[in-house]
Amino acid sequence: MANLKTTEKKTKAQSMGLHTEVLTGKTQQKFFNPDEAENFYYWGTYDVDFNKRIDLDVNDLDCKEANKKIDELMSQGYGTIVIKNPQGKHSLGVGVLNKLNLIFEGSLGYFGVGSIDGPTVRINGRVGWSCAENMMAGKVVIEKNAGSCFGAAVRGGDLICKGSVGARTGIDQKGGTIIVGGDAGAFTGFMMQRGRIIILGNVGINLGDSMYDGTIYVGGKIGSFGSDAIESPMTKSDIDWIRRKLKVAEIGGNFDISKMTKVVAGKKLWNYDALEPTEKKGAI
Amino acid sequence: MCGIAGLIHRGKSSNVGNELQAMLQALKHRGPDSTGYALYADNDGENFIMRFKVGENVGEGSSSVNEDESVYDKRKELVDDMLKNLGAKVLKEEKLTPYSYRYEMKYDDDLMDFSKKIESIESVEILSIGKSLELIKDLGDAQAVLDRYDLGKVTGTHAIGHARMATESGVDIKSAHPFWGYPFSDVSVVHNGQLTNYWNNRRVLENKGMRFMSECDSELIAVYLAEKMRNGATLEEGMKDSLSGLDGVFTYFVATKDSLGMAKDTMAAKPLVLYESDDLVAMGSEEIAIRSILPQEIDTYDPFDGEVKVWQI
Repeated sequence: MANLKTTEKKTKAQSMGLHTEVLTGKTQQKFFNPDEAENFYYWGTYDVDFNKRIDLDVNDLDCKEANKKIDELMSQGYGTIVIKNPQGKHSLGVGVLNKLNLIFEGSLGYFGVGSIDGPTVRINGRVGWSCAENMMAGKVVIEKNAGSCFGAAVRGGDLICKGSVGARTGIDQKGGTIIVGGDAGAFTGFMMQRGRIIILGNVGINLGDSMYDGTIYVGGKIGSFGSDAIESPMTKSDIDWIRRKLKVAEIGGNFDISKMTKVVAGKKLWNYDALEPTEKKGAI
Repeated sequence: MCGIAGLIHRGKSSNVGNELQAMLQALKHRGPDSTGYALYADNDGENFIMRFKVGENVGEGSSSVNEDESVYDKRKELVDDMLKNLGAKVLKEEKLTPYSYRYEMKYDDDLMDFSKKIESIESVEILSIGKSLELIKDLGDAQAVLDRYDLGKVTGTHAIGHARMATESGVDIKSAHPFWGYPFSDVSVVHNGQLTNYWNNRRVLENKGMRFMSECDSELIAVYLAEKMRNGATLEEGMKDSLSGLDGVFTYFVATKDSLGMAKDTMAAKPLVLYESDDLVAMGSEEIAIRSILPQEIDTYDPFDGEVKVWQI
């Protein structure tokens, strides 16, 4: 761990006057200090070997026990973990902040593989609501269908569902790519801010409602456009990029990408990039 | 939050009591306050089964006023007198708890008038009337209610149930689900969500002669559908109409003597996972409910916004 020298200097955020308000909450009084050594410790980082493989039966484990077991196996160097009998349990495989081949032989419930940063996940089944919420990096492939809020607030990586997904797919998306082989429900791309969504099938009503930015590509019919979502012409760059992404996603081999509809933000609603005070943007 | 579950066996009977218990127990974390079963049992189909209560469960967690059990017996006697006056012939009666009864009876006249007269007795509520419907609801989780009412032996074709987390109304039996589709025999409803035009709709329906027994917004769905069917609509037509007539967020199930249906609001705000095969349809708020009766790998999906489906036995 780095041995950093401490300093009396104000942090950047403090020097911009962002901490002058009176804060009473215990956690609010502790400001983030980039000089503190503890911020350089990355929890859950292990050297793993992808060729070192193990099966983990979670039939008799709850989600906490199962996730703890996954962490233990990573600490022992296992780089390929196959989860048996997930039985639709919630919150399995969350918080994996490591490179890892994680394979689920069955279906997951809500919040499956949420808040991950780096692993390659394959789910040979279905996932419930909020799969891969807050994912930072990595690749997740779901062989069957997914529930609502698929990829909520993802910030990076590739999230792929070969079947159909529910409503509010990519809600609050901040980066990365979501790819759906089937149909998607209402409010797809709701309030998305960055990143891209590719839907090969049909989408429901209010597509891209209140989106700030980002791009949505739809292969089938669109129920209706949401507020401030508008159609934009497909370019050669779009087609090339989608072709490459679909190849990575292992779907849509013969799909006619040129006939897809591209949807972007009209930017007539609130736009944080244009209107947010400069000093706040600096702090963010 | 609340959890709902339902299943229908097509072309055969099964132990729906135990199956629904397993599904609802898996959803206990969504609603620990009360549990309700609407089981469509293998009864002879000749006589009506009336389940009614003469008081509330005042056990731990209840929001009901404590009453002396002697008043329950007095109310039960008044119900018996009323049944005689109405010309109903009671063939069999069972006291299930100090406050609830199951009567098997013969009755050939209008159920609406019948129900109004029975429920004019203080604190008496008919939980259900039907030739196959057995509607049971009480405080506690699915296992506790199953044990209390001995539902483990019940066989039938289909069932819906509810694990309730009380939000806008009390922790009591009258606010618990399922709701009977008064005044239709064998109609029941369970709901997960919140209806925001409850009072407007309630005033309109009450002016049309419909009755509400609780202040639980979910009761509106049962009454709304019953009123549509009373005016000649089919169940499916009524359900489709409810997508625009009911405001708020909802996923609900409705069951009749020979069918099971689901409806999801146009924003798809409430969860539902569905499994469908040639001989069984099972659905619930979460996949774990379905997995409790089908542990093998199966294909399930989330119905989309504004979807209505009805299955026959």
